[in-house]
Amino acid sequence: MPWGRPRISPEAASGLVLISPTFIYALLLLATPIAAVVLLSFWTQDYLDLQRTLTLANYQKAWSEPIYQSLMLRSVKISLLVTVATVLIGFPIAYYIAFMVPPRHRPIWLFLITIPFWTSYLVRIFLWKVILGYGGVINGSLVGLGIIEEPLKFILYNQGAVVLTLSHAWLPFAILPIFVALNKIDRSLLEAAEDLGDGPVRRFLHITLPLAMPGIVAAAIIVFIPTIGDYVTPRLVGGPNGLMIANMIEVQFKKANNAPLGAALALSAMFVVTLISLLFLLAVRKYLRPNQ
Amino acid sequence: MMHRLRKSSNWLIAYVGVFLLFLYAPALLLPLFAFNDSSVISFPLAGFTTQWFAAVLDNDPLHRAARNSLIVALSTAALSTTLGVFAARASTRYEFPAKRGMLGLVMVPMVLPEIIVGVSLLVVVVQLGLSLSLLLIILGHVLICTPFCTAILGAAFQGLDRSLEEASIDLGRTRFMTFVLITMPLVLPGIISSLLLSFTISLDEFIIAFFLTGTEATLPVYIWGQLRFPQRVPGLMALGTILLVVSLLLLVCAEYFRRRGARTMGRQEQGGFF
Repeated sequence: MPWGRPRISPEAASGLVLISPTFIYALLLLATPIAAVVLLSFWTQDYLDLQRTLTLANYQKAWSEPIYQSLMLRSVKISLLVTVATVLIGFPIAYYIAFMVPPRHRPIWLFLITIPFWTSYLVRIFLWKVILGYGGVINGSLVGLGIIEEPLKFILYNQGAVVLTLSHAWLPFAILPIFVALNKIDRSLLEAAEDLGDGPVRRFLHITLPLAMPGIVAAAIIVFIPTIGDYVTPRLVGGPNGLMIANMIEVQFKKANNAPLGAALALSAMFVVTLISLLFLLAVRKYLRPNQ
Repeated sequence: MMHRLRKSSNWLIAYVGVFLLFLYAPALLLPLFAFNDSSVISFPLAGFTTQWFAAVLDNDPLHRAARNSLIVALSTAALSTTLGVFAARASTRYEFPAKRGMLGLVMVPMVLPEIIVGVSLLVVVVQLGLSLSLLLIILGHVLICTPFCTAILGAAFQGLDRSLEEASIDLGRTRFMTFVLITMPLVLPGIISSLLLSFTISLDEFIIAFFLTGTEATLPVYIWGQLRFPQRVPGLMALGTILLVVSLLLLVCAEYFRRRGARTMGRQEQGGFF
């Protein structure tokens, strides 16, 4: 399209008119409110009054006080673990659906992996509590089989339980992009590699994995960024040492009535995950170029 | 060689089995406890009962929350699908300046923690001195659903044969009538799956709703409140079972329409919803 022209072509005008309702909606309800959060994070809460002098006090608190530092570090750690777990657990499944399932059965299989997620999110997390709990499914079976005498206490109310529950919740979001990437691979490339004498391992490492990278990267980003904002899973299965930064954000906005600090914490968390995601994208950029 | 391949594929099939067990573990427990004749959620099971379903049917606050959720989910589905139609049509049919940037902003909520959407809307409402309401939850849900609707509808518009529209215009119909009479019926399956998907997302959304709930709770916010009372939990299991069955029926419908759409357009069947 001619960009340099002084006047907009009729076609461009139609496009702009068409997209404007959706764009303006996002501008008014997403961009503007986020700008308001940014502004708020530079204000301070003085009991019931909001001090509107711009200051970095909230950020100083958010980045220097040990409680916020440890919550932030722990949240990033948990999100990273969840991302790695979902990609590692999900990849073989995506591989199976893309290469072993006949094409006409693939939609059913994709449907199959999403079914467990169409019940209440909260009830699902609660059921993990039932599975992992003191009198829960795992402990009950282990005691019943005589493998252990006393129920294990360390499987619920810790960071491991949070990672497990979140990984379960995000698995379909990791499997689907990886499947799409694997499904696009030209099968003749794999046959060619085999004809040229590549063994299955070599063929996988040199052809399948590099071509699947765009899907793996998309899966990682889709899982990593939203996971940092979950406050329900840590609250239900995390116990005191499994809480995450989003729990603190929620507390600041509600019970503690310190919205400016909550805003600074939320933006700091966003900043950290965006930075990590960008560094990750930079590190894997050579796999993302088409026709390498 | 063949032998080794088969062996490794056996391992993969075994892995898929273990994976499905892990994936379905909570969903399988749900009906078990929903029909279990005990107010404690643990094994061993105590016997069969339908009393928890009866309790769900006879619970006014729950019905109110369900009604609120229906209002929110229906409005969200209608609004986000409408916005999705605009964005998808613009992105597939026209080239215009700043197209990538504009679409980028629309798609941002797909990779934004939901808590950020909840917090930012809350901040605006508090600063403007407005009160929390269902309308606010709808606005938040439309924001997170529109990217999904745009993606689904984008695929539907992409497969459209443009010569059909051009023929209609050549034959003297206006652009608007062409859109209503020719384009809409062709992308209708896409619209229906977009409506159903956004409806389902909104119905189960908690993180944003919890921030923006005033006096009227949605169903997930109601469930959250009840989780604190152990004696209420069996009822929640029954409710969860009902939700699972209803969502499944809706999704089967969505998939049916999507496939019919793929057939109408004469395209090769590929993938599922996503």
